[in-house]
Formats: sequence, C-alpha cells, structure tokens
Amino acid sequence: MKTKSHFAFFDEGSKKEIRRAILKAVAIPGYQVPFASREMPIARGWGTGGLQITLSIIGKNDVLKVIDQGADESVNAVSIKKLVQSTTGVELVERTQEASIIQSRHRIPEVPLTPEQILVLQVPEPEPLRRVEKSAYKTKILHSENDYSGAWLMLFEQIMKYGRTATGADHPVYVNNRYVMAPSPIPRYDNPKLHQSEAIILLGAGREKKIYAVPPYTDVESLAFDDYPFSVESFTGKSCHLCGAEDVFLDELVDPATNETIYQCNDTSYCIEQLNKSEEVEVETSHA
Amino acid sequence: MHEEPLLKVRNLQKQFGDGCSRCKERQNLEKNYCPNCGTVYACQDISFDLFAGEILGIVGESGSGKSTMMQCLYFDAEVTSGAAYIDAGPGSAEQNVFELSSQQKRYIRNHQYGMVYQNPVHGLKMNFSSVGNIAEKLIAAGKRNVSEMEETSKNLLQNVHIPLFRMKEEPRNFSGGMQQRVQIAKALSNNPPILFLDEVTTGLDLSVQANVLDLIKRIQRELGISMIVVSHDLAVIRMLADRTIVMLNGSIIEEGLTDQILEDPQHAYTQQLVYSLL
Repeated sequence: MKTKSHFAFFDEGSKKEIRRAILKAVAIPGYQVPFASREMPIARGWGTGGLQITLSIIGKNDVLKVIDQGADESVNAVSIKKLVQSTTGVELVERTQEASIIQSRHRIPEVPLTPEQILVLQVPEPEPLRRVEKSAYKTKILHSENDYSGAWLMLFEQIMKYGRTATGADHPVYVNNRYVMAPSPIPRYDNPKLHQSEAIILLGAGREKKIYAVPPYTDVESLAFDDYPFSVESFTGKSCHLCGAEDVFLDELVDPATNETIYQCNDTSYCIEQLNKSEEVEVETSHA
Repeated sequence: MHEEPLLKVRNLQKQFGDGCSRCKERQNLEKNYCPNCGTVYACQDISFDLFAGEILGIVGESGSGKSTMMQCLYFDAEVTSGAAYIDAGPGSAEQNVFELSSQQKRYIRNHQYGMVYQNPVHGLKMNFSSVGNIAEKLIAAGKRNVSEMEETSKNLLQNVHIPLFRMKEEPRNFSGGMQQRVQIAKALSNNPPILFLDEVTTGLDLSVQANVLDLIKRIQRELGISMIVVSHDLAVIRMLADRTIVMLNGSIIEEGLTDQILEDPQHAYTQQLVYSLL
C-alpha cells in the first residue's frame, strides 16, 4: 500500500518553523538563524539545508531548477529534483530564466536573476570565523561585537603565504555593512553577483542547522585590504571549447585523447543555450 | 605638582559564588573562602592608581587574586562590582569602563590595552604565522593596509629579537621564550598606553628571563608605556617596578615604592615574603 505523503515532504509544523527562520534571516541580512534541521532522505552535507528551504517555500505553481556545481544533470542535483517533484508534482526546468526557485550548490547561474526568482544555496560551513575560532559560543560573541579581525586575519595569512588572497571559494563578504557571511563555496567569480541582487538569496546549512539570507537589493562587499583589492578569477584569452563563450566561469579540463587543457562552461544550461542559439543562426543562414 | 592617574581602579570586587548570610560582611572567611557556602572572594575592595609611564608591580602568593584582578581589568572576566577609569582624552576619565557595552570594552582592549599572558597559548594563535599574530591586533585596531602592517610587524619582531627569516613561521614551532617575545610584540603593536604583563617570565630559563626583562625595561624607557606587572617573583618586581602592591587572600595589604617594600616591609606577610627571598 502506498501512503500519501505530505505536500513537499514536510508536515506543516516543520514548514512553519523553517519559514519563520527564513523570515528572521531575511529581516537580519547575513545573520545566521538557528533552526531545527530535519532528518532528510539524503545525508547531511549533501544539500539538506538547501533542500529544507526549497521544500518549505515551494508551492504548486513553482518551477524548480536544481544545479550542482553548475551542472543540471549531476547525481546530486537529479536526486534532489526527483524528491521534490515526487512530493510536490512541480515542473522541473533546466533553463535558468524559466525557474522560479533555483537550488544550487557552489554556483550562482550565469544568467542574471530576476526579482521573481529565489536562489537557494547549499552551505557546508556557514560560519566565516570557524577556521580561526573553534568555539561556537565565542564566534557568536564575535559576531555580536562586530569583531571580524579573524576573517581578515585569514586573508592576511594567505597574502603572507602566497602573495595574494587565495580563497578558492567561499570568500567572506560583508552583508549590509554589518555581518560577515560565508557566501557558501561559490567561486570568487560569483561574489559580485550577490551585491544588489534582484533575486532573494536564501542559504541553508543542514548539518550546521543554520539559515541565513541576502534580501534583494542588499549591499554585499567582499573582504579585501586597501593594497590588495578583491579580484575574481580571470579567464582572459580562454573560451568554452563547446559554445565559445568568453565572459563566463570556465572549468579547466584535460582532454583525455590529446592531453591538452581545454576550457568549458561551468554552467551547463547556459552552455546548451549558447549552443542552441548558434545552431538556430546556422539553420537560418544555411536555409536562406 | 599634582598628576592625574592614567588608570584609576576603585573598590574592585570579584567573587565566585553568591555568598550567604554568614559571609556577607567578609567575616568567618577561611583565607578568601567561605566554608559555609563555598563562595570565593577573589578580589576584595581593590583600589589603586596607575600613572603615565610607570611600572606598577603586583606581588602575592598563588591564589591571592593577582591574575583574577588582571583578568577583570582586561575584561576577560566580569567584575562583581567596582569601577575603573581610564584617562584617554576629554570626558573619558569619568566613565566607569566596567559599565561599558561589550563592543566598547572590545574597543578599549584593541586600542588602549595590551596583554601578555603567562601562557603564550592564551595570547597567540599558535597555528597562524607570527607576523599574522601581530597583524591580528592591528586589524582589530582598524588597520587595512597589508604592507603597512607587515612593516610594523617586522619592526616589532626585530625589536624583540625574533630573526626576520622566521617571521612567517607559526609560534608553535618556537621555544617558550620566543613565543613570549612574539606575544610582547603583539601586545605592543598598536602602541597601547597601558600594558598588562601576567607572570611573563615564569617558566622561562634564567638567561631568557633576563632577555625578556631587559626588553620590557627598554620598552618602558623608549615608549613610555604604563605597565602593570603581576609576578610572584620578587626579583622580577625589584628589577621592573617603580611602585609595588602586595596582595594576600584577595586584598591589598601593603603598597608603596618597591625599594621601601623590599627594604622595610611593614605587614607580617610581606616580611615573610621578603625574608624568604633567596
């Protein structure tokens, strides 16, 4: 016998609690709101925070896109999509512009988001000061006293060791000039997209039981020193070997056949769209 | 001539426990401990002044409340009652710093205080570079320029005789004396008017001790920083301090010029302390 599950997996009490945490997070930009992270059918650390946010905000008319490190078709994105669809029946899409909710791991899509969209980011470590201060009790005090010397110290150490800030991902940001926030492990390339974002950005850490948010049109500034300004990854002179895109975040791959380094769009749906566009043009010109 | 003190401490009290009817008036205490309710009166009615450019020594046996008093002044621990006033510009001398918000206390810690703990583990981040440790204090004081901070840190490390080729090394690789010198460099980095030194030479071997003491003396001479030096070692106090306070069971039992106290101790405990000096 198949029992009928709740809409969006959760019972209404759970959704209510998570929605309240989200509301508080939106009201205090960048502040980590604790919430009772539920046991989910996927393991903690695999996107349970993002999934719980998605399930508590999703409605019947929503259109969902899930990406994992830029890809729509990786296992993790697919299983999250399947779970949400089987419990809600919502439409799934890959095209960023068509989605109303985008759950993402480690990337913000290349296509600019709109005020109608919600971006849900999965977060492994919500505490930007954790690597300097182990105690959660103490980091909470540091946040309350606006003492972020630890976050700066980490960047200073990188400059001392490598001659530049070397955060591969998760470069800390100041939100609304008050809280320092871990933007989740998005590349530095995506940090500027947080600033004055038109879409609301919700971040969920299931294992660490924290929800936080960047409301639309909020100032988000990446931490940087006066003489070492913030910079994003540079891909000058490189382009996607599939679609030819240049001004996007590229993955560096090695072609197993030729052993050559090739570059490819990290955002798969963007890449496919570019390919489709050029194909359309090709069809039109060749038939004309 | 009348000089205003830089730091005034008045009636500082620190107790661990709620107290009971039997120990309310500080009577029936066994040393500083109430046998009835278990309350420890770690600091009782401590009042003293610290003037600009002087070194104030604080001596007393273990458990006499020296370190607790330091922790209270540095806001590492909450006081039970009492007041402290810091003369740092107009209007500041009337404000009891114990009543400030935690953000304001942090400001004082970052801008007006320096602290050297007995154990470098408390004052340093052992898994960050030495130069980073010094920069941390500079960052906390609002500096945001890497090359300036690196320059300041280099100068300080040179001052405390840490070879510059080891400046990017983590203090956990250093010997105890070196760690202590890094800690001193860190405490000095933002030019604090007040420096706290808690048993800085305890546990160091004699030659290193002499080195660190020399350094402290030189810093005081060159930078004119006021210091409070806590030690149970009278030799250290004799060498460093201009004035000395003797503490026993949480209270001040004697205070005066260091020479005076060492040559002509008045209180029975001080006499015992001085005569037990090898």
